[in-house]
Amino acid sequence: MSKIPADLRFAESHEWARLEADGTVTVGISDHAQEALGDVVFVELTEVGKVFGAGDQAGVVESVKAASDIYSPVAGEVIAVNEDLGASPELLNSEPYSAWIFKIKPANAGDLDKLLDAAGYKSAIGE
Amino acid sequence: MGQRTPLYDLHLALGAKMVDFGGWDMPLHYGSQVEEHHQVRRDCGVFDVSHMTVIDVGGPQAKAWLQHLLANDVERLHSPGRALYSTMLNERGGIVDDMIVYRLDDAYRLVVNASTRDQDLAWMQAHLGAFDVQLVERSELAMLAIQGPQARHKIAELVTQSRGNLIQLLKPFEGLADGDWFIARTGYTGEDGLEIILPADQAPGFFNDLVGAGISPIGLGARDTLRVEAGMNLYGQDIHLDVSPLASNMAWSIAWEPATRQFIGRTALEAERAGGVQHKLVGLVLEERGVLRAHQVVRIANVGEGEITSGSFSPTLSKSIALARVPMATADRAEVEIRGKWYPVRVVKPNFVRHGKTLI
Repeated sequence: MSKIPADLRFAESHEWARLEADGTVTVGISDHAQEALGDVVFVELTEVGKVFGAGDQAGVVESVKAASDIYSPVAGEVIAVNEDLGASPELLNSEPYSAWIFKIKPANAGDLDKLLDAAGYKSAIGE
Repeated sequence: MGQRTPLYDLHLALGAKMVDFGGWDMPLHYGSQVEEHHQVRRDCGVFDVSHMTVIDVGGPQAKAWLQHLLANDVERLHSPGRALYSTMLNERGGIVDDMIVYRLDDAYRLVVNASTRDQDLAWMQAHLGAFDVQLVERSELAMLAIQGPQARHKIAELVTQSRGNLIQLLKPFEGLADGDWFIARTGYTGEDGLEIILPADQAPGFFNDLVGAGISPIGLGARDTLRVEAGMNLYGQDIHLDVSPLASNMAWSIAWEPATRQFIGRTALEAERAGGVQHKLVGLVLEERGVLRAHQVVRIANVGEGEITSGSFSPTLSKSIALARVPMATADRAEVEIRGKWYPVRVVKPNFVRHGKTLI
């Protein structure tokens, strides 16, 4: 059983999204996703200032096994990327919910409600 | 559901993530593939390789038949206990499979790949001709590989005294029977170690003893990164029916002498050699962050293009490495296309790590 924090929202493509007090959204990949990927060895980060629609490809996570695209769970503009993942990509394995990948300023705060809640994600991954 | 080795239940109990490999349900890793890789390079670990196919070749003409069937020459196995690596070629010089051949007391034992079992047996049956030989597939046997600098030392203390003595005496590429076990000093990791072929019903108990003694179980994921670092080819990926050993960094495994030995594929190999071999297998090292993967395009300025056949992250080097088939002329530098961008790579001999030491 993987960890699924109750305060997060999830995309079916296994990203988590957290609405911060300042209205921005922090994005990472779920515990289920990191477990399926295996040892992460490289993260290709997106760039600050990029504008994504919901579901747009927004970087790549490479594990020993394979490369997996990551997608922006909501539309908006990237305001930060987690540079720590450059030197320590394995943080995505060890701390999937604190090792964020990028932060986005959502075009529409209500978009978060379109994502799965913890219970919905749990059932989506069959746990 | 795939085929299962005698250790299937034990893998599940040890928390293995199982995957399909050539029709078999095999452990990919038991937690961390990278940790398992380091464990083998630094200490030792045990792999279940019972999916591999063991074929014993007996009969009065076993030797003559293998001299016809294989590109390497079993004449080189001067006494029982010796082993050699060989390819089995088709008439075009393409590789039907690669294998280790052990000389037993009055027969030969071939260990071939799991994924090619059917193709191999069909090929062998089709080329029996008038040779008086018997092929016996030993599917009742299991096989464990125990690899790493501490492997022989640790295993010798966990087995009977006579097997322990044998383990101490074996030289690299030797293998001998002790009772119903066959113990060989061979492997697929670039480290010292053993491969032990034993009755299936004894395998779970022995594997359990090893794990109980602190020897880590290692999955196929680490087996792959270890063999790529060691520059060893994987059938179906780096070598296949449409490439010859000459284009695969395996010319050393062809026994050209005596010139009168007409093994299958010889004529094609001689023509390829005479006409100039067009391709070679090289190693690539990516100096930037990223991961090289099979089938990515390799571009060499003023020479031409090639393709990665195996690519991975190297846990020992902490960077990405690959095996690639490129035009024979090659160069010291090349570029690889990863997701539409070209990355510079170094071109090296396809042998990155041996016995724990970095070679590049």
